[in-house]
Amino acid sequence: MAARTFTIDGKHVSADESATILEAASEVGITIPTLCHLDGVYDVGACRLCLVEVTGVPKLLPACTTRVAEGMDINTDSERLRKYRRMTLELLFAERNHVCAVCVANSHCELQTLAYTLGMDHVRYEYTFPRWPVDNTHSLFGMDHNRCIMCTRCVRVCWHIEGAGTKNVSGRGARSQVISDLNQPWGTSETCTRCGKCVMSCPTGALFAKGVTVSEMERDRTKLEFIVTAREKKQWIA
Amino acid sequence: MAQRIIIDPVTRIEGHAKISIYLDDAGNVSDAEFHVVEFRGFEKFCEGRPYSEMPGITPRICGICPVSHLLASAKAGDAIMAVNIPPAADKLRRLMNLGQFIQSHALSFFHLSAPDFLLGWDTPPAQRNVFGLIAANQDLARAGIRLRQFGQEIIQILGGQKIHPAWAVPGGVRSSLADDGRAKIRSWLPEAHATTRTAFELFQKALDTHKREVQFFGNFPSLFMGLVEPDGTWEHHGGKLRFTDASGCIIADQLDPKRYAEYIAESVQPTSYLKSPYYSPLGCPDGMYRVGPLARLNVAEQMGTPKADAELKKFKKMGRGAVTSSFLYHYARLIEILACLERVEILMDDPELSSEDLRADAGINSLRGVGVSEAPRGTLFHDYTVDRDGLLRKVNLIVATGQNNLAMNQTVAQIARHYVRGREIPEPMLNRVEHGIRCYDPCLSCSTHAVGQMPLEVSLIGPDGALLHRIARG
Repeated sequence: MAARTFTIDGKHVSADESATILEAASEVGITIPTLCHLDGVYDVGACRLCLVEVTGVPKLLPACTTRVAEGMDINTDSERLRKYRRMTLELLFAERNHVCAVCVANSHCELQTLAYTLGMDHVRYEYTFPRWPVDNTHSLFGMDHNRCIMCTRCVRVCWHIEGAGTKNVSGRGARSQVISDLNQPWGTSETCTRCGKCVMSCPTGALFAKGVTVSEMERDRTKLEFIVTAREKKQWIA
Repeated sequence: MAQRIIIDPVTRIEGHAKISIYLDDAGNVSDAEFHVVEFRGFEKFCEGRPYSEMPGITPRICGICPVSHLLASAKAGDAIMAVNIPPAADKLRRLMNLGQFIQSHALSFFHLSAPDFLLGWDTPPAQRNVFGLIAANQDLARAGIRLRQFGQEIIQILGGQKIHPAWAVPGGVRSSLADDGRAKIRSWLPEAHATTRTAFELFQKALDTHKREVQFFGNFPSLFMGLVEPDGTWEHHGGKLRFTDASGCIIADQLDPKRYAEYIAESVQPTSYLKSPYYSPLGCPDGMYRVGPLARLNVAEQMGTPKADAELKKFKKMGRGAVTSSFLYHYARLIEILACLERVEILMDDPELSSEDLRADAGINSLRGVGVSEAPRGTLFHDYTVDRDGLLRKVNLIVATGQNNLAMNQTVAQIARHYVRGREIPEPMLNRVEHGIRCYDPCLSCSTHAVGQMPLEVSLIGPDGALLHRIARG
């Protein structure tokens, strides 16, 4: 447990060597936009929204998977970063069919909120309008691939918190998708425990409780947080 | 040589329209067609979506009557779940539909149609609109706008927003009527009643000066269709369907709206994206029927509220048997506003509107669900077929303007016959044909699920199909 000292946005910060830039920034109250990051599960650096500038490093680095180092000079906000973050969001919107107005997660969506806060006022890329199906075969939950941003939060909570291993990723590039078991209808999965952690972890309207209508899909992340941190906070023993 | 007149675009209607008028060898009008030239395809792209999302998606068909689609869609969802919704939810849905009728009818009367008969047919189009009305009679225009606002407020109080509220859901509604909302509606009612009275007086005067319009603005025999209660009282959300003929006789009654396919068929014209439904036992075109305010008042025996009933009696005297002039759609609209205001007043004293028991829950219990409700412009059908998982396999929407399509063609032909002599489109005819269409308050974005502004194009076409004259406006 060695401490490292460095600067974030000109602020002198000290953190453990195992900390990521994202954790260190969060510790001192600096918010870096994220989509695929979820407190309690390991990071994969999938969404590229948390990219930051580090002096002396020519490329941008994902804050969620980059460990802090001695003497690092980190910049989390610049015109260049804002431009790339907006671009990343626009590409996410263009890649699948995100129609906020009629979405179950409207007003409770992390993608939508980020688009607002990062000033994405239009999408400069051509929409691809892919044909993705809706998997409504599960008795409790549905999955609309049109709204999935491939953050893989659901896959990680399913494997590493629930330990069921139902959710996986198949395919490559723009055709990659979240699947259940051996790419079969979710309702036929033998491993799914119907715990709902994947639904709670989803940042958009891709995973939802069946039967919800526009704007009704609110998620209670505190439940997930409780499951993740209860052991270390000794909340199991009430 | 036969000819064709095309009017394009048609203004002050919801959507984009084009009119073709056909002339015979003698130069007389032989036929007319009202074309809807745009297409949106809601029935197709909703396939594959969960049925529970439909009350969120279908209101996007239209910004004028989203509530009608919302309610019909929610009802279709109720049918798929095969549930009886809580009584409070039914009353709340009704209240929102009344608000919708008030706002849409006020819009049609004050903003869209009144400029024609209050400012004069031949006033230039640049002044013959709601702004011209404001310049000519500021108080009236303001009162009209406020009346529409009242209807919109009811929608907002219940649904949280005036346009596209995602409030009605399969199984019921999301929220009840709060006390402050109830107080606001109650306090606004006297003003709304006063404006409606003024509108009645104005229209009575307009009737005296528009005897010719009453006579030939779509005055022809047809069937009429609308929802009624079991005793024949005017209905707007529940009830069963009734057809009457031009002599006022009931030809079919208490038809189950869910079985509409047994008595309504749809014909398709090669020149329009608007389908033309007809009463199938009589075939097409004899089965032509009209829907909307005029039809609802023709099929209803009473309105169910005292003031509206008194007006209905006067209305019924305007026809032998049924009231057949489409110009009187305007009058019927005012009577419906009055009926809605009276019904809102009654509902304001109903404690059940504050109930928290608002939503029934169930899975997929029926693979098909039909939701039928009266929209301001006429009977609206939403028919969904789903798979076992609740994903839509087929969607059929029959909307009011489509059902009035055949009648609108006749109206245009009738007006054109009075005005077209020779190979040119006379300006007075253009204004009157426009209004003939406006009587139906057509909503083309609904009926074809089409995008568009509000333009009008009229073409005059000869017997050999050659275009003789074309006027475009908009």
